[in-house]
Amino acid sequence: MGSRQPTPNADHLLEVEDLRVAFRTEDGVVQAVDGVSFHVDAGEVLAIVGESGCGKSVTGMTLMGLTRSPNARFAGRATFDGQDLVSASDEQLRRIRGAEIAMVFQDPMCSLNPVQRVGTQIAEQLRAHNELDKDAATERARGLLERVGIPRPAERLRAFPHELSGGMRQRVMIAMALSCDPRLLIADEPTTALDVTIQAQILEEVRQLREETGAGVILITHDLGVVADVADRIAVMYAGQIVEQGTLDEIFYDPQHPYTWGLLGSIARVDRPRPARLPAIAGTPPSLANPPHGCRFRPRCPHAFAQCSELPPLETRAGHPDRCWLTPQEKREKREVAGQIGLAGGEVAAA
Amino acid sequence: MTRFVIRRLISMVLVLFAISVLTFLIFQVIPNGDPAQRMAGRLSTPETVAAIRRTWGFDDPIWQQYLTTMKKIFTGEVISYTQQVNVLDQIWQDLPATLSLAIGAGIIWFVMGVLFGVLSALRAGHFTDRALTVAALVGVSTPVFLLGAVALYFFAFKVQLFPNGGYVPLTQDPVDWLYHLILPWLCLSVLFIGIYSRVLRSNLLDTMSEDYVRTARAKGISERRVLVRHVLRNSLIPIVALWSLDFAAVIGGGAILTESVFNLQGVGQYAAESIHQLDVPPVMVVVMLGAFAVVILSAITDVIFALLDPRIRLTGS
Amino acid sequence: MATVDSTVRAGAHRDRGADTAAGLSPYRLGLRRLRRNKAALAFGALFGVIVVLCLCAPLYADRVAHTSPNANHVTETVTVGGVRKDVVSPTGQPIGPTWQGRFLLGADQNGRDIAVRLLYGGRNSLEVGALATLLTMVLATIAGIVAGYFRGFVDGVLARVLDLIWAYPVVLLGIALGTSLALGGISIGPLHLEGNSLLVPAFIIGIVYIPYVAKPIRGQVLRLREQEFVDAARVGGAGPLRIMWSEILPNLSSTIIVFVPLMIANAILLEAALSYLGAGVQPPNPSWGTMISDGIRLIPSAMHLTFVPGLMLVLAVLGINVFGDGVRDALDPRAKVRLEEHAEEASR
Repeated sequence: MGSRQPTPNADHLLEVEDLRVAFRTEDGVVQAVDGVSFHVDAGEVLAIVGESGCGKSVTGMTLMGLTRSPNARFAGRATFDGQDLVSASDEQLRRIRGAEIAMVFQDPMCSLNPVQRVGTQIAEQLRAHNELDKDAATERARGLLERVGIPRPAERLRAFPHELSGGMRQRVMIAMALSCDPRLLIADEPTTALDVTIQAQILEEVRQLREETGAGVILITHDLGVVADVADRIAVMYAGQIVEQGTLDEIFYDPQHPYTWGLLGSIARVDRPRPARLPAIAGTPPSLANPPHGCRFRPRCPHAFAQCSELPPLETRAGHPDRCWLTPQEKREKREVAGQIGLAGGEVAAA
Repeated sequence: MTRFVIRRLISMVLVLFAISVLTFLIFQVIPNGDPAQRMAGRLSTPETVAAIRRTWGFDDPIWQQYLTTMKKIFTGEVISYTQQVNVLDQIWQDLPATLSLAIGAGIIWFVMGVLFGVLSALRAGHFTDRALTVAALVGVSTPVFLLGAVALYFFAFKVQLFPNGGYVPLTQDPVDWLYHLILPWLCLSVLFIGIYSRVLRSNLLDTMSEDYVRTARAKGISERRVLVRHVLRNSLIPIVALWSLDFAAVIGGGAILTESVFNLQGVGQYAAESIHQLDVPPVMVVVMLGAFAVVILSAITDVIFALLDPRIRLTGS
Repeated sequence: MATVDSTVRAGAHRDRGADTAAGLSPYRLGLRRLRRNKAALAFGALFGVIVVLCLCAPLYADRVAHTSPNANHVTETVTVGGVRKDVVSPTGQPIGPTWQGRFLLGADQNGRDIAVRLLYGGRNSLEVGALATLLTMVLATIAGIVAGYFRGFVDGVLARVLDLIWAYPVVLLGIALGTSLALGGISIGPLHLEGNSLLVPAFIIGIVYIPYVAKPIRGQVLRLREQEFVDAARVGGAGPLRIMWSEILPNLSSTIIVFVPLMIANAILLEAALSYLGAGVQPPNPSWGTMISDGIRLIPSAMHLTFVPGLMLVLAVLGINVFGDGVRDALDPRAKVRLEEHAEEASR
């Protein structure tokens, strides 16, 4: 579990500043992403971690322009290669999608066209961004399948998605994503729908990709185990905002936000004695149509106090940015629960 | 694949058998009263009734009656006593009109249905979509015979734009053939256009929110290509399936109403007139052959579909 | 399937229930959505008005028109605007709408009051439609649940029977039954119906549509029975009947509710088609279908004979169709129940 110091880059590969995304639904306006800022450099893996509905997927998809619709409103900037993705035209984004920035989605069974052969789908992406005839594209596709470790690639080109196993489907998705040598890869829960054993293989692919191409990777997940394996830096999201951001070591060994403590505390560990109950964070995430005033984690935080009725700004108080009013000293004390990092009151698991 | 085809054909044969039995039961066994009397129709004499009872074997055991009936139907021996014509001959004579109506209407309703469905989906929520939905709803709520009557009144009577019904064989005069069929084609199509445009619209909207369409966009291919190659192509599959079933049903007897309003002298109209006179033999034969046509056509469709959709082919479901 | 919209909406919905102690049941949610659908409500009201009017047929016949639906007034005259007119002229031309109590909408070639026949015919058509729908829904639900729950041999037999009825084109089957039953009625075991009883077309239409409802229900039951709550009930000692009644049936309710208005529309249209052909409601009983068929011959000179019942028919079916659409949108916005579209067209 090594972590790399971020290469000092004057120009980040991707710089997101105060991104906001809102949707108009029949129940009102939902602020899915509420002021998110981060950056990704070439050759590094940034993990965005959080529960379902915290806005991490929306963030990823917005970078690709996949959330654009008549009901969506955007604000903020996302600068990639000198261009702002948020305000770019549809045609500009289309050229970037699949070529400069590529995305891998969660459920490869649903994410691949069920009535098209796998080879055709990869070739389609190749030909959208390169001048290739069918045969050349097919040959490139075969090479890609080989590169992601699919045996008998020439045969597999003609397979339909349902003929492949889950792990292989995801490899196909990755092959597709890599086909045009992207400089940024966004992986949205790439292993969630897969077995644990396959997970490890897929993550290995992601690692290799980073080594070989020097691409930047945004890994969106709710699974801290996955993060520990592969990430260089981590951004923790809650209710549409980033609540803590730091390197892998900083987050795992010096977490500053109670939500992060809860996440870390809820990991089932093999190297500790089994708890009576698996700790969970009490309560449920807030609605994004009607977020609570002040700190959004307050309703579920056992350490909340008077100051928390005011929304804490994302600031560095002890080493790396976080959104919590507690002093660093208080944080160090409160995050130790039964000898390890966790959220007090978490053992009484919410049923 | 061959196993699938064989299984489907066997199932088809079984259904055909069951239909023949069912038809037989419906006409000869279930109703009250004397089957020979029913066969003879309204204007019958005791002699005719007795003759019928003999030739059709109504005094024989039921299974033998069934065999006699089937034999008579398929060897063209059934005679309408009220009209004094051989039923199968009459059907053969009337078939071209029915086929002309069904095929022409089938093409029109498919093309227009797809067109309106795509329009509605692309402009979902806007005026075009709402207008088309309203039109579709009205189309679906209006019986075709009423629509035909209204159309004839306005376009053939008030304004002599179209002929007042009737059929001209294609071999006799192609232009006149077309001229006489336009109004019936449109009327028969209206209902199906209404249904298909709405079904396609909702299929398209559903497909557009599928994950693989999102992936297609993420690949950076043009929006037009996404719509045509991914969304439309996948949404059309159930529409084509529906179309073939409906087409078979129209041939199989759905055209009855349109033919009778427009006096097209087709098989359907023949059946309709026989019904009005409660003349049983023609109705029985038409119903039987019609059902057969539908079952056979839908079996053929299923096989063709298995050839097209890889999922069916491989799982055999 | 995680689309952006659905994820976002799920979050928004979560908040709704947080204020109320218990969440809203799907029916309350559905009712609220239906109430917001002004068009569906308006058309539903239209249908309701037509139903009420038709139910008041006897009242109208007695108080306003002073006649009965089959009463012949061929040789009589009526005063319109101070002028004496023949109800049916010597050349066979019936009188048009008089816009007064008697012969409000005119007369037909037999001198019968159209308005009266319209209401009585409507009552017949709606009655047949309602009875047929009732028959269809009850039998289809039973068949679907039994087939889906027990599977195996029982399902095999039921599914084959359903397929058979379904394979037989709707119109043809209706005609077949209608024609053969028209003369003598039906007499099987305890079932005795006269040839010209209204129950005959209702019975026919009811049977014909069973597969269209039973097959989706069966499919849903097949999925439901795999769910944990069914296992839980079985483990708790509940017998099959109890499970079908208290576990499976309630989960089918929204499907069933969605089907009802659609089936009513189909039944009314099929009845009109069959009656038009002569295989449905038998004369002298009026029905919108028979009135249209009677009137078609006289279209050039007396188009009101066809248009009046036709208009009522379209309005009634349109009303229940739009309302049914609204019900489906309210209860099941992502409805996979699309088979009814196929069922609608089958009555052509």
